[in-house]
Amino acid sequence: MNAHAAIFPILIPLAAALLQLVVRHLGLPVQRHIGLFAAVLGILSAVWLVQLADSGNMLVYALGDWAAPVGIVLVADRLAAGMTLLTALLAGASLLYASGGFDKRGRHFHPLFQLQIMGIQGAFLTGDLFNLFVFFEVMLLASYTLLAHGGGLARSRASLTYVVLNLAGSALFLIALGLLYGTLGTLNLADVALRLQTAEHNIALARLAGALLIAVFALKAALLPLSFWLPHTYAAAGAPVAALFVIMTKVGIVAILRVQAIAFAPSPTMADLLTGWLTPLALMTVLFAALGALVATRLRYFAAWLVLVSAGTLLIAPAHAQADITAAALYYLVQSTFIGAAFFLLTELISEQRGEVADAIQPGPSFQAPWLALGFFTAAITAAGLPPFSGFIGKLMLLASLWETAAGTAIWIVLLIASFLIIVALSRVGSRLFWQHKAAIAPLVPHSPPWQSVLAVLLLIAAGPLLAIFARPVADYAARAATQLHAPGAYVNGVLGTSGLVIVREARP
Amino acid sequence: MEAVVATAIGILTACGVFLMLRARTFPVVLGLTLLSYAVNLFLFASGRLMLDAPPLIRAGARYTDPLPQALVLTAIVIGFGMTAYLLMVALRAMAETGDDHVDGREKS
Repeated sequence: MNAHAAIFPILIPLAAALLQLVVRHLGLPVQRHIGLFAAVLGILSAVWLVQLADSGNMLVYALGDWAAPVGIVLVADRLAAGMTLLTALLAGASLLYASGGFDKRGRHFHPLFQLQIMGIQGAFLTGDLFNLFVFFEVMLLASYTLLAHGGGLARSRASLTYVVLNLAGSALFLIALGLLYGTLGTLNLADVALRLQTAEHNIALARLAGALLIAVFALKAALLPLSFWLPHTYAAAGAPVAALFVIMTKVGIVAILRVQAIAFAPSPTMADLLTGWLTPLALMTVLFAALGALVATRLRYFAAWLVLVSAGTLLIAPAHAQADITAAALYYLVQSTFIGAAFFLLTELISEQRGEVADAIQPGPSFQAPWLALGFFTAAITAAGLPPFSGFIGKLMLLASLWETAAGTAIWIVLLIASFLIIVALSRVGSRLFWQHKAAIAPLVPHSPPWQSVLAVLLLIAAGPLLAIFARPVADYAARAATQLHAPGAYVNGVLGTSGLVIVREARP
Repeated sequence: MEAVVATAIGILTACGVFLMLRARTFPVVLGLTLLSYAVNLFLFASGRLMLDAPPLIRAGARYTDPLPQALVLTAIVIGFGMTAYLLMVALRAMAETGDDHVDGREKS
């Protein structure tokens, strides 16, 4: 049974989506219960996978029992298993929130949501680059429709640009894969790593393919010249959808980390592919996003800019390819994902309390829900990186690990300026929303949100204090995952070594 | 033959990129379609071009690399589905905004 653990995070949402389509005439409550049951099962299977992966063994699952590099494999190392658990937890919270009534606003919400989870989990687990493309497309196709869920002018517009941009990105991804296959004759990540270490390939073409691959992942991760789509898209999406989308930028970041650590870093010709440009662009993304947060006029845009801040901060890590920096980045990734999602859900709950003014960052009717203000305050402290919550620990770990690097001083200056800008932006938003009110607008009748939504928001906000209390086990796991990631020999042996296949390749012109 | 295929891919890509940069949704959809044709041809050529050779490996016989053909098939199916969905999104945006401008507004 343990041998099949790696496939369950993909199979469970797929089975749930199909089942939900079959029983759709039985009504929304049945679909809802199937979805929540699948979310719980997904969390359990991810916990199981983390336990198995934490023994230090690489779980290699050959689909259809075709050994790599001929067949497609799923590889669950500590990083992949940890991301699976993060996705399952986030998806569970978002689904719980959506069960409060958001899923009624359009059709087929539940099957699409499950398919999106399947795409994300597959993208984390796969060990084959073309299979990664397929899971990206599963994830994107579900996200296109989820983005439009609920309807409205803003969503239609945002959908159009988002779809066009990602189709262009997919075309670029295919070109990169074609170049890579044409140059190296393989698309299995471990095999690509092995072939890049020998010098029997066209170096210029391989570097071009690698750079294109990174560009595609950077589009998903929203690195600066490719990040203009993010605020509009995330702001237009419905709250639970945007909360799930928070993990999609992380898919791009983890893909960059993995490709860099396993395929590029050990290769003499590719090791310097990311140096010199990725870190400056990431720092510019952080500054750009912090300024965006400062001038945002609506709370949902503000939440989207905060996601971009954390994406930029995380993108500092891959170019360094050091285990301690990656470990700090992974801890930061976990807490920023939960808090980013919490902000989107809070935005909707807060704007429902403010009637006509909704989520505009300006004084509205006097605010009647103090617990929401308290929740916003907790999330804000975590997002700003102020003690005592997990945001502070994450930022501190990242800064401490970056101090010794060549550009350490510059990184510190930029990150601290950005933190300051975000604190200013958060205090501006908080005081306008909760302390100022226009006397001209009569106070609204307090509107009590459904219990599912409240519980989901509380769970996500609780991640801030909880990840601070349990910082040691999480950071230790992140450190073990990073050490394993930066020792790619075990990955390559785990995927290719067991099969004992000898593949004779003909020389390519 | 390589020159012909390479030229075709180049022209398709150039037309696709040009059309994608247009301001109305229909040329953008056409541009993406042309771009996906170019990509499919490119992917197909990544297994090297061969004439009169089946994608089946038999001892002693000439064969062409079967993997890019499988990749292209997958890419065609995905690209087709995506284009169909994009058309629906474009139609919906046009119905809601009243014009087919990609930004949803037109300078008068």
